[in-house]
Amino acid sequence: MNLALTRRYRFSASHRLDTPHFSADENRRIYGKCNSPYGHGHNYALEVTITGPVNSETGMIANLADLDPFVEREVIKPFDHKYLNEDVAAFQSLVPTTENVCREIFRRLEKFPAARVERVRIEETSKNSFEIARELEPGEAIGTRT
Amino acid sequence: MIRITRKIEFSAAHFYHNPNFSAEENRRIFGKCNNPHGHGHNYALEVTIAGEPDPATGMVLDLKDLKDILQREIMDRMDHRHLNYEVPELAGQIPTCENIAAVIWNLLEPKITSGKLDRIRLYESPDLFVDCTAASTKGNGSGAGSSR
Repeated sequence: MNLALTRRYRFSASHRLDTPHFSADENRRIYGKCNSPYGHGHNYALEVTITGPVNSETGMIANLADLDPFVEREVIKPFDHKYLNEDVAAFQSLVPTTENVCREIFRRLEKFPAARVERVRIEETSKNSFEIARELEPGEAIGTRT
Repeated sequence: MIRITRKIEFSAAHFYHNPNFSAEENRRIFGKCNNPHGHGHNYALEVTIAGEPDPATGMVLDLKDLKDILQREIMDRMDHRHLNYEVPELAGQIPTCENIAAVIWNLLEPKITSGKLDRIRLYESPDLFVDCTAASTKGNGSGAGSSR
């Protein structure tokens, strides 16, 4: 069987969808109320899915005592109660749609040393969610054979 | 193919302790989960069965049968029990979400005779869950096999 563990976190942040590729009019037309000049905010929920062998001594894929502080340091602390456009370097030149936020968070988390980060899923609101998964090798199954 | 998911909830106690570790290591590795008096969770279990509907009944399987299997195999075994002491299938294992999910998979998989057990998702809390899927499941990039 394959096993994967998912942990859910939360952060609240503001953003504004606006890009210099478009004129002010085009930005308004394309991004609508998300283009509002002072920004707006969301309560984001973040799901992080990891896989790897279950350690026979601990019964764990990875110890949450390692995963939680890693996610806290890489994502929650730099994102929570921040204005993503200004406070997170990656979004000073990249529009912080939740697609791009998803990619940036995956990039930060994929270096977790204790297990493989398989997937990152973000709920921007209770109605919208976005997810990104690791690229699989040809024929590879996700998860761990136990 | 159709997938059907049924959900049950059970409440149980556990704690994490490995006799191969010193008391200090147990505390360091397992933290507050090492409290020898145990603690408890409201677990939620989603069980997903995949198959083709029977042309006569329109069902992949009778949900009443699934309900009875879940009652017998999971609820009767684990609900309002101490997982360290009262569930023989977990004897000698640390009752982590990973190990409980694997035990549940092995209990249910042979009992599902209409359709096939496709996935179980065991929530220890709303913020922590483990997915268990068949070993033959090929990833499809959407997070299946374990993620979604």
